[in-house]
Amino acid sequence: MANNGFEQPVFKIQSDEMQRLLDALRQNGYRTLGPIIKDEAIVYDEISTVGDLPRGWTDEQGPASYRLVKRNDDAYFGFNVPAQSWKKFLYPSERELFRVRRDSRVQSPSENRESSLKYAFIGVRPCELKAISIQDRVFTSTEYKDESYSGIRHGLFIVAVNCTSSGDDCFCASMKTGPMAKRHFDLSLTEVIAPSEHYFLVEHGNELGASFVRGLNATEASEAEMNVAGDLIERAGKQTRRIEIDRTPELLSARLDHPEWNVVAKKCLTCGNCTLVCPTCFCSTVEDTTDLIGSFATRRRKWDSCFTLDFAKVAGGNFRMTSRSRYRQWVTHKLSTWVEQFGTLGCVGCGRCITWCPVGIDIISEVQKITET
Amino acid sequence: MTETLIEAEEKVADPLLPTFAFIKRVIWETDDTFTLFVDSPAINGRLFSFRPGQFNMVYAFGSGESAISISSDPSRPSVIAHTIHKVGTVTTSLSSLRRGDMIGIRGPFGAGWPIDRAVGKDVCIVTGGIGIAPLRPAIYSLIKRRAEFGRIIILYGARSPLDLLYRVELEAWSKVPNVEVIVTVDRGDSSWKGHIGVVTNLFSYVKVESQDTIAMVCGPEIMMKFTVEELQRRGFENDQIFLSLERNMKCGIGLCGHCQLGPKFICKDGPVFQLSDVSHLLEKKEV
Repeated sequence: MANNGFEQPVFKIQSDEMQRLLDALRQNGYRTLGPIIKDEAIVYDEISTVGDLPRGWTDEQGPASYRLVKRNDDAYFGFNVPAQSWKKFLYPSERELFRVRRDSRVQSPSENRESSLKYAFIGVRPCELKAISIQDRVFTSTEYKDESYSGIRHGLFIVAVNCTSSGDDCFCASMKTGPMAKRHFDLSLTEVIAPSEHYFLVEHGNELGASFVRGLNATEASEAEMNVAGDLIERAGKQTRRIEIDRTPELLSARLDHPEWNVVAKKCLTCGNCTLVCPTCFCSTVEDTTDLIGSFATRRRKWDSCFTLDFAKVAGGNFRMTSRSRYRQWVTHKLSTWVEQFGTLGCVGCGRCITWCPVGIDIISEVQKITET
Repeated sequence: MTETLIEAEEKVADPLLPTFAFIKRVIWETDDTFTLFVDSPAINGRLFSFRPGQFNMVYAFGSGESAISISSDPSRPSVIAHTIHKVGTVTTSLSSLRRGDMIGIRGPFGAGWPIDRAVGKDVCIVTGGIGIAPLRPAIYSLIKRRAEFGRIIILYGARSPLDLLYRVELEAWSKVPNVEVIVTVDRGDSSWKGHIGVVTNLFSYVKVESQDTIAMVCGPEIMMKFTVEELQRRGFENDQIFLSLERNMKCGIGLCGHCQLGPKFICKDGPVFQLSDVSHLLEKKEV
């Protein structure tokens, strides 16, 4: 590996080859999903042409603040992390688990309905790649697998895009999840806008990815081009926002009585926005309903949040009545207990929980207050 | 059971789908607690079998699921029992069911009581209220293999004489050689001649030595806290004490996140824990 971070072979395509890549994926049966602008935010949705991408736009993010801003170039991927993560496709927010008739004949949903899905994610940021690999562990590495997740995940094609800029809430560098994708992708792109040309460097992570590169007008990237791209990525990694991950898991679990938990609890609305935008949060609940005459019942699974009042409620009482305990549960799970559960942290440093917190609670400064004082 | 249903069972391996079972018998143990006996369902073509202390997710048509420990004898798995305290929406729905109705079952899930670890040792069982239900399969197993264990001490507390569960079994167990059963109630009534007070008071009436003894404890968390303190005063180490914990559960298989206690998932790492694995988590409020 050269010190620009790239692993050979690295190819180069002109920016207008992006459409050919999309076409090739679609011809191979993939539903192409990528960033688009909707409701004044960048979100992931179905895309069919490069015209759907938020070309020439970026975002400015800060605690409780998100604004789209025009760039002075035509970058396809010139923004930071979109409002929501890819979680919504791999682990849909609502799913029917079964229907049952009163005579108890189960009408399970059509079998393995997810295993036939073929999604291609276009523009997966390195932090989000890590988030997907974390959810892989949550849903597929234990005794009971989530069949729905496994089915969708199995057919997934990932086009990663390395970060060449960082948002103000990004802290992937300290979490060691970005700004460059090293594995878990089929293809990885780095967008470069040079004075004379707009191009992508392309790496492939496996033979499937390589087969798509062969279908493109690709040339071998030069050392100089890799250096240019490497510099952009390196610059994106120079983030001032950091969490010291080596000490944090142990310190957080040891400081469950820290007074800051009370202070932050006074601000926290327990709305659960942070858990919805978090790319790794996986909690769910179920909802049981019947038709009006009670002849059949339906069970649906829905995203849940550890911030809801009922989350830890049992018939005899509630194990987490206070917002202090619910905020503490979320933070200690992400940055401490997750390690024992799944061998990895549950936070990737995408910063969404900071941006989308309506009162601007900043997980970084909270963790600093609790672990450093 | 209809053919359609059997076919459906064979095809489906999804742990989130319940298997339906006929209720054979309903016994009202007390005013608010009942036991449902069901014909053991074949789950994915395999006969149902379970270990003492494991639980099922029990589904009432249209109203939802509750995590209910299995309270029957594991050596007779053709009929399984769930003793249920009618206290919430789902358990109220379950309480209206009769013989011939069906319930959905997913399970068995979780880690059970350390029966094999207790071989050659004394066993001290301390339980309160509905907490005796997950311990009944353990008691059945201990008594079935009576010769392999030393003394078996069962200390049980209920709110009142009318709230005592399994009176017939308690009576029968007390007649088994080297099994001591002592019962107490919080409030007596005119007919009650036994002990009154919290279950930890019973330690005054029985000799419990920590050496070569395994303690199995299940009841309200406050009762378990005081029981643990009592056991520790008697020299029990935290690796000799086992507790069954309760938390909210939606999936029973470690995917929904609801039952977390620090790093532990009660559903799959428990519900039975060695105290040394959870004592630091139980010391803090609202973990």
